[in-house]
Amino acid sequence: MKRKKNGYYRIRAAVLKAFSFVFKAVMAVFFLFPFYWMVTTAFKTYGESILFPPTLWPETWTMDAFRDVGQRIDILYYLKNSVIVAVSVVVLQLFINIPAAYGFARYEFRGKRFFWALVMLAFMIPTQITFIPVYILFSKVRLLKTLWPQILPFAANAYGIFLMRQSFMQVPEELVEAARMDNAGEFTIMTRIVLPMSRSSILTAEMFSFISTWNSYFWPLVMTNSDKIRPVTLAMQRLQDANQGLEWPILMAANTLVVLPVLVLFLALSSQILKSLGYKGSK
Amino acid sequence: MSRMKKEERNENAEKKRGVSRFTPYALIGPAMALMAVFVFYPLADLVYLSFFDYNLIGKKKFAGLGNYKVLFFVKTDFWEALSNTAVYTGTVVVLSLLLAVLFAMWLERDSLVNRFLQKSMFTPYLISMVSCAYIWSWMYNDDSGILNAMLAMFGLPLSRWLNDSHIALFCVAAVAVWKSLGYYLIIVLASVRTIPPEILEAAELDNTSPVRKFFRITLPMISPQLFFLLITITISSFKVFDTIQVMTGGGPGNATDVLVTYIYRYAFEMNARVGYASAAGTVLLVILMILTFVYFRMLGRKVYYQ
Repeated sequence: MKRKKNGYYRIRAAVLKAFSFVFKAVMAVFFLFPFYWMVTTAFKTYGESILFPPTLWPETWTMDAFRDVGQRIDILYYLKNSVIVAVSVVVLQLFINIPAAYGFARYEFRGKRFFWALVMLAFMIPTQITFIPVYILFSKVRLLKTLWPQILPFAANAYGIFLMRQSFMQVPEELVEAARMDNAGEFTIMTRIVLPMSRSSILTAEMFSFISTWNSYFWPLVMTNSDKIRPVTLAMQRLQDANQGLEWPILMAANTLVVLPVLVLFLALSSQILKSLGYKGSK
Repeated sequence: MSRMKKEERNENAEKKRGVSRFTPYALIGPAMALMAVFVFYPLADLVYLSFFDYNLIGKKKFAGLGNYKVLFFVKTDFWEALSNTAVYTGTVVVLSLLLAVLFAMWLERDSLVNRFLQKSMFTPYLISMVSCAYIWSWMYNDDSGILNAMLAMFGLPLSRWLNDSHIALFCVAAVAVWKSLGYYLIIVLASVRTIPPEILEAAELDNTSPVRKFFRITLPMISPQLFFLLITITISSFKVFDTIQVMTGGGPGNATDVLVTYIYRYAFEMNARVGYASAAGTVLLVILMILTFVYFRMLGRKVYYQ
């Protein structure tokens, strides 16, 4: 290519480049449009939402849908449930996954390969397979009416252990040796050297735990018998059942409220996450 | 091995620092205990329950292989759920991998535009499946959905999307691809970028065609990541539930009923036939095990490891 720099090839390259750019723009729209559609629908009146063909930009902006969400369900209450569950999972994981990942990354011990195989097995078993026995378990210990069934099963997370082990292993041995020379205890080495150097992957793992718990639907659906302990993802169902015809602006308004925290979190951290994810994937 | 020897040498020093033989077990202990309670015990219990008639309230009655007999030979709806799941998984796996590789080749250069597109594509990955399902149900809506409006704009016949039993499953599959493609792209792209430039340059000097370069160099070099994705996408497709439950509820008819909606329905909605649902769950478990094993056997050898 480099050798053929005559006019024809230059024009062809320019046309290809323009074409590629336009197609990229189309793709960006394709991936972002649904969110635009969600937000604009949320601000439409019911009458406008069912017009055909639909209006791309709301003719009259109204907050009615958001007000109706609040009137039909106590959305703040369900949001609170979601926050309690997601934060508890993340905090518990910090105390359970980090030590486990550290143990697998930096120690040799009898049975290590066996235990690691178990972690990998746990990684591959979806909760959709284990839910029936876990449900029975929680009903036996009478915890079904609490938030525990949504928290405890996720306190140990095989994927998180896997990600963090990778990054703990990449801390250079020489650094650790040097610290040992200085008579640093094992705990000091972990908290002062290894953990700070792996900060970005710990952050990524924890953020993903938060988001996947926040977004979960299947697990709370099978683990909760009463409305009082349901997260907001499930509460939205009641907006749908509550009336005969589907009122899309109301549904979209509720979804906007659920999606917003995650979107903001991502936009704030996006570059860091993309970098650390790509890095993980390549190892 | 050398590491083991070093450990031995350091043993005395380790004792001084407060490391005993039990330290590693103490570190992994809590995590392993939790997994034992919430993953391994339930696995065994699931298989055990599948041999019983049990409805959560009454006593367990041993049924032998009775549940499996009903599953495979008496009812036809299980076969339907099974084949729907297979079609769904096949569609999602093929489309996701193909598109992820195509996009990765297309967006290989690190530029501002490419980075923006990558970010846009990643956004849906973070949004809950439920919200995505609601948003797409709204766009697929027959009467006032945006997709039909677009078809109308181009003068094309309108589609019934989720209400058309021939395409409903594919409509749901499209949402799954749309949602996760950005994540798969990041992984493929990162691995494409780790290919040493010297190799590609050498190929260019030899006047290798781009197509040949792709199949002979790029594809083998990124095969470990593709292999990882193949397993991840297969598992996540086999466990599809949220979108189906919100968008179609398994309908129209049984056209989008999949394994997990099937298990859920029998375990919690139809008089809690827990034993029967467990048998279906065991089948899902066995399928996942076999698929993973086959992947490792068939593809593991062909994958290029650095």
